[in-house]
Amino acid sequence: MTREEILNELKGVVAPYTANKEALKNLNDQTDLITDLKINSANLVDIIIDAEAKYEIEIDYDSADKMLNVGSCIDVISEKLNQKR
Amino acid sequence: MAKRVVITGLGVVSPNGVGVSAFLNSLRNGISGIRFVPLYEELNMSCHVAGIPEFEWESLRNYISDIAIHGLKGHNIAFGVAAALDAWADAGLGYETEETRWETGCVFGNSAPDSEATKIVIERVDNHEAKKLGSRIIEQTMNSGVTSYISGRLGLGNKVVTNSSACATGTQAILMGYEYIKYGFADRMLVGSSESIDRYIFGSFDAMRVLSRKFNDRPEQASRPMSASASGFIPGSGAAALILEDLDFALARGARIYAEVLGGATNSGGQRGGGTMTAPNPTGVTRCIEEAISSSGVSPNDIDLISGHLTATMADRLEIQNWSQALQRGGKDFPLVNSVKSMIGHCLSAAGSIESVASVLQIVHGFVHPNINLEDPNPEILKIVDENCLPTKMIKKDINIVAKANFGFGDVNACLIFSKFNNQ
Repeated sequence: MTREEILNELKGVVAPYTANKEALKNLNDQTDLITDLKINSANLVDIIIDAEAKYEIEIDYDSADKMLNVGSCIDVISEKLNQKR
Repeated sequence: MAKRVVITGLGVVSPNGVGVSAFLNSLRNGISGIRFVPLYEELNMSCHVAGIPEFEWESLRNYISDIAIHGLKGHNIAFGVAAALDAWADAGLGYETEETRWETGCVFGNSAPDSEATKIVIERVDNHEAKKLGSRIIEQTMNSGVTSYISGRLGLGNKVVTNSSACATGTQAILMGYEYIKYGFADRMLVGSSESIDRYIFGSFDAMRVLSRKFNDRPEQASRPMSASASGFIPGSGAAALILEDLDFALARGARIYAEVLGGATNSGGQRGGGTMTAPNPTGVTRCIEEAISSSGVSPNDIDLISGHLTATMADRLEIQNWSQALQRGGKDFPLVNSVKSMIGHCLSAAGSIESVASVLQIVHGFVHPNINLEDPNPEILKIVDENCLPTKMIKKDINIVAKANFGFGDVNACLIFSKFNNQ
């Protein structure tokens, strides 16, 4: 899967947790989940769980801690997808 | 000096009407909200009917954000939020605020957190999947879930508390809010209670054999308070909320005033003197009613209407006996008596708040709602009060003072005195 494909799918994963539809539309590697998308920090856990279910991967605590912007989310998801293969 | 406390907003999610106007119409016309529930038959319960509001989950979008709705599982919170926010808007207040509303608090009760959410936790944890529960479940399994959703949505910053006292919960929530304003701690309190559609709670009552099982094929006739054929209560669900305000505070903002809370009392019979976990000590009940009346500064003879607890069990006769004892009235000289439960069943924790909204509506609109299904009044009750005091048809009548009481497991009692508002 390309980074761009994952980015497009991530839009759907984070959508239920953000009211900032403008930032969601312009999602890019630098978009910060908390400061740009205004996601409640407690909900980051839910995004991780939703991503795990979507890609059938397991994201350990250390990897999850890195997932603060869209670029790092894509890094972690790609890495776990590669490990799965 | 004690403040006067008035009611400026109402909200209700009742089995026979979602929203105040639908509920008012059902009260006037004696419309039942009791329906057959196939699931309860399938689950092998004895009682297959229940009072379930026709609540549309999508309507939550009028109240809370899509983000808050995403992941929300329980009807307890949904009903409570809808009733509370409707009451807030009905009082002429807007939802949005940047600042905390320090002058307003909230007392909202329930009997248990949403079992729909609790069940998810139990299944996940037992299945070694605690990690997959996510962040949103704890707020729905804590007892203060409903109160937290309401106070968070509206930015309420005064006392915010969740109460629970079985079937007296709603009445007690209103009383606690009333007292808080009366003694000057808050200018405004959002009070009420909710009860979800909960097969586990209903099933537990079913196990006690206190639910009706003889009218499964005639749901609307199943709830029969004060009748000879009363054979147990019908479980109900829903929520209601009231906005209480200090009179001067309400007048200063030009609020519409529905009615006044003149006073009230709550106590317990201590599970002594005939009282048990499930039965009331008659002395506790009569003391509670007497204290409510004396705190209101009215005479027992001033009471026009009793909105009873009256669940359609054997306890109905004892309740009427206790009212008669407390008021020192009987026969033809007894207030009119009605039970909202004849139409909606026993909404448990939500009973007190839904029935209080009914009491206020009868004061505001000058009527007494019928006791439906009372074709055969219990002869033992007719030894205490005249049959004409138990209306089976709607009566148009000026109602000045209503005594509203609920009595709960644990031998807990709560009684409120509502009055038409008179600015003198």
